[in-house]
This record gives sequence, structure tokens and C-alpha cells, in this order.
Amino acid sequence: MWTAAGEKCLADILEIEGLNFRYPDSQKKAVSDFDLKVPEGEIVVLAGPSGCGKSTLLRTVNGLIPHMYSGDYSGEVRVGGGAVKDANMRDLAQKVGFLFQNPENQIFMFTVERDVAFGLENLGVPRPEMRARVDESLGLLEIGDLAFRAPYELSDGQKQRVALAGVLAMRPRLVILDEPTSLLDPKTAAELVDLVAKLRRELGTTFLVVEHRLDLLVKVADRMVVMNEGAKVVEGTPKEVLFGDQAEGYGVAVPSVTKLQKMLAKDGFLREDGILSPGELAQKLAGVSR
Amino acid sequence: MIELQHVTFVHQNGVRALDDVSVRIESGETVAIVGENGAGKTTLVKHVTGLLKPASGTVLVDGKSTTEMTTAQLSRKVGVAFQNPDHQLFSESVDEEMSFALRNFGFSPEVVEQRVTWGLETFGLEEYRKSSPLVLSGGEKKRLTLACILAWDPEVVILDEPTVGQDSIQKEKLAQTIGMLGAAGKTVVVVSHDIEFLWPMQPRVIVMKAGKVVGDGPAPIVMQQKELLDSARVAEPQLVALYQALATRPDSPFADALDARRWVEGRRAAG
Repeated sequence: MWTAAGEKCLADILEIEGLNFRYPDSQKKAVSDFDLKVPEGEIVVLAGPSGCGKSTLLRTVNGLIPHMYSGDYSGEVRVGGGAVKDANMRDLAQKVGFLFQNPENQIFMFTVERDVAFGLENLGVPRPEMRARVDESLGLLEIGDLAFRAPYELSDGQKQRVALAGVLAMRPRLVILDEPTSLLDPKTAAELVDLVAKLRRELGTTFLVVEHRLDLLVKVADRMVVMNEGAKVVEGTPKEVLFGDQAEGYGVAVPSVTKLQKMLAKDGFLREDGILSPGELAQKLAGVSR
Repeated sequence: MIELQHVTFVHQNGVRALDDVSVRIESGETVAIVGENGAGKTTLVKHVTGLLKPASGTVLVDGKSTTEMTTAQLSRKVGVAFQNPDHQLFSESVDEEMSFALRNFGFSPEVVEQRVTWGLETFGLEEYRKSSPLVLSGGEKKRLTLACILAWDPEVVILDEPTVGQDSIQKEKLAQTIGMLGAAGKTVVVVSHDIEFLWPMQPRVIVMKAGKVVGDGPAPIVMQQKELLDSARVAEPQLVALYQALATRPDSPFADALDARRWVEGRRAAG
């Protein structure tokens, strides 16, 4: 996309306009008058109470709705400028990657390498290119040494990386992560968040992440969107959302140190600042006179 | 009372999931089990429920070995909500799901009805009474499995990763439920990676690594043992990290996070 002055500007990779969706067996709309624009290369966190429609919204982005699940659908979802409802699943699979909460739901081959290549084999990608893309994905996720291992022998953190490598081998511009850290131990979770930040930096991939555990993710996210009863109720930078008055009412877990920082800033004891880690807050507090 | 005496369990692929584990949990205790993926936490839980029997060693529930009890006898005493709710939900409707175990345990129809209503109201599932469990969101399914278990009032309640898919309001309710169970004298075992959820409950914390128990004690003590936590790939709670960072700075006006909170409140009161 180009501006009138002829400068290149970043296009919105994901555009949702006036989206409504209702499942056939339900009275309520699962998604209601929803609008969202996500510029390419952003990391966006989608939050909100359980049952608020997050999973349904994700399905409208990867095309499961309306291609697999029928229902009352109006409005439009566009990925990379193309309407999801008019796209075929084959094209969509290359544009939008999806990492399930439980990696065991998406890895099933006998070796890691074959698993990572599975999507490419289905698309009929020529062998030399398949080889190159599999190697690239394994390298990005630093799991080249696992190529010939059986996925079921791996740890949960390693399985998560194998599943993500399979997603990235398709070279999607948009990757959806559904509670990616919820089954990982704290250190493995922190490593996954670092990895997401690295992939965004090196490949410019856009990430849409559903997550309840925010302490790790707020450091790398550009934007947070809070949903309630199918509608978008809050949108802003993580700082705007977490320091604002609304988020907690919608079940957004404000990390405990951020709560303390918010309280200190509100009373004028700390200058306005970004979201601080425990160590950073300790440093700021040390400068406060008693 | 739950007691594991020198319990070892080896998977078919040769992995020692439990390696000479001895641990005793008293009636009425609230215990958190933490540790890296694959440390043996879920395997330990399955030994308490009798789903797995030890290769060597003994597991006692109320003084009786699990090898001498049927799974049905044990399940009346020990209720467990597994990590993946899809592994335990199977009925056509939510109320049918809740009544299943109750009827099997021989409760009267009136009691079944009463307990189902209690469970659905307590866990915010009333609107789904006649829906299929399959239409529930991931978080709602987890709450349904918990409601099913609490309905038959077991002495021991085991929750494997209960906070997955739960927003902060539901987590708060869950913490209150756990507190309530503790107050009612139940034994509660929570397996979780969600340290921020566990910390305010101040449970006894058991740390597992590679099939062994490597740490065991009250949360305020265990959660400050940085080397132990690092080795088990567990992170300290944010407030403990803040406390430790403050403690290393002699110029800090606060001893800890609680002190900072009091200081702000004091300043606020003074205008």
C-alpha cells in the first residue's frame, strides 16, 4: 500500500468490519458488531472473560467460520486485503497460521521433520523448496537437533515448538496463538514469549494471541483488545488497557506488580512510565524519597 | 490422609515418571504441586486416584493401600478434575453430566437435583443446564468438571491445571472455592504452572523435577528459594521478585511490596 506522497506504509494485515456471527443452535450472537484493524507486524493480545467469543472470533479469521461452521454471518473479515468468506481454505492456510493450546492436537507424524513438512506436502510444494522451508523453520525455532526424533518423546515445550515450526513453514503473514503458554511451565512460557518477539522482529509476522496470563506477554505486545459478550469493549496499548479502569471488570488479569505500579503512579509517587518488571519497579522505588 | 512411600513408576518407554517419591499430605491441607513439564506431577495425581498403581512402593489413602481398593471405592473419596476436560465429559447435556456420578453413588433423585442446581449456580453454568457440554468454551468445560466433582462431596479434591482458559474473575472465584474447601476440612491438591494464582492462597508447595520431589514447604519459604525454583523451571511470583529486588538495594525506602503499599496508604491518609 502507498500513500498519496508515494511513501510505502504498512498495510493492515487484518481488517474486521461490522462482523456479526450467531451459531445455529444459539439465541445469542457469539460475535457482535465487531471492528478491528491490525497493522502488519504487530503483536495483539485478545482478552476477555471465558465464553466471551474469543475462540469464535479466531475462527472467523482462519476461515473455519463460515467455511466449516455455518451460522448467521454478516460483515467482513479480510486478511491481506482478501475477504475470508470468499477465499478458499487452501489459500487461507498459507496466509493464516493457527497454533492450538495443546500441541498434541496438531502434531501426529512419526518424526519432527515429517510433521513440520506436512502442510507443505499437502500443498504440493516442490521437494527442494520444501527441504529449504523445513530447515528454515527448524532453525528459527532452534530445534534442528530434534529433526529425526519422534514428537511423542518430546517435552511439552518442545512439542509446542514443533507445532509452531509446522505453522511457520507455511510462511503465514498472520499467526494466531490460542493460550500458547497455559500448559507450559513458567520458564518454558517465558522462552516462548521471547520467541514470538524474535519472529516478529526477524520475519515481520503479525501475531494475534489469546492469553489470560499477561505478566510475560505485556512486555512484547503492541496492543490489547478486550472482548465481552461478543463485542469489543476496550482497545489500546497494554499500558492504556492495564492502567485504565475498565479492564479488571472484564476479567483481565492485571499482573500484581503492575497493580502496585498503577497505585503508586496514581498517587503521584512514580512518574508515568511503561509497564515495569519487578526489577525495574524496585529500581524506581529506590529513587523515591521516604 | 494421603501418603506415598518410596513410590516408583516407570512408563513403557523406560522413562521414570516417579523416582522413589515419599510424601505425606494430611487431611485438610491445601497443597500446590509445581515443576517443569514432564516432572511427574500428573503421574503422582494418577497414583492418588488409583488410575495408576506403583511399580514399587505404596500409596495409602486414609491408611489403606490403593492396590486394595477399586477405582470406584477410591473415587468416592478422591475427586479429580483433569487437565483436559474433554477427557472426562461425555453426556448429552450439562445437567445429565452432573447427575451421572451422583446417581452412580446412589444419591436420591431429590439430592441429585439439589446438588446439580447448586453446582450450576456456583460455577455460573445455569444458562447451559440443557445444552450439550460440547458447546461450552474451554474455560466453561473446566468449571463443569469441577462442579461435577464437588457435587459428590469427596474428602480429597485434586485439580490439575484448573486455571487454563479462566479469566481473572473466574480465577478469583476458583481461589475462593479452594479456600472454602480448605475451611470445610477438605484436602485440596492443585497442580499448576500458574504461580500468580497459587501465591495469594499461600499453600504448602511441593516442587517436582524429573520424577522426584526436590522441594516441599510453606509458599513463603519455597517461593524464595531461587536456585531450587530455577532448577525446576518455576518462576517466583512477581511480588516475591519485587521483594527480592528491593532487598538488594540499601537505598530502598521499602522493605517489601507490602511495605510500599502501607507507605502509600499512610501518605494518602496524611494528605
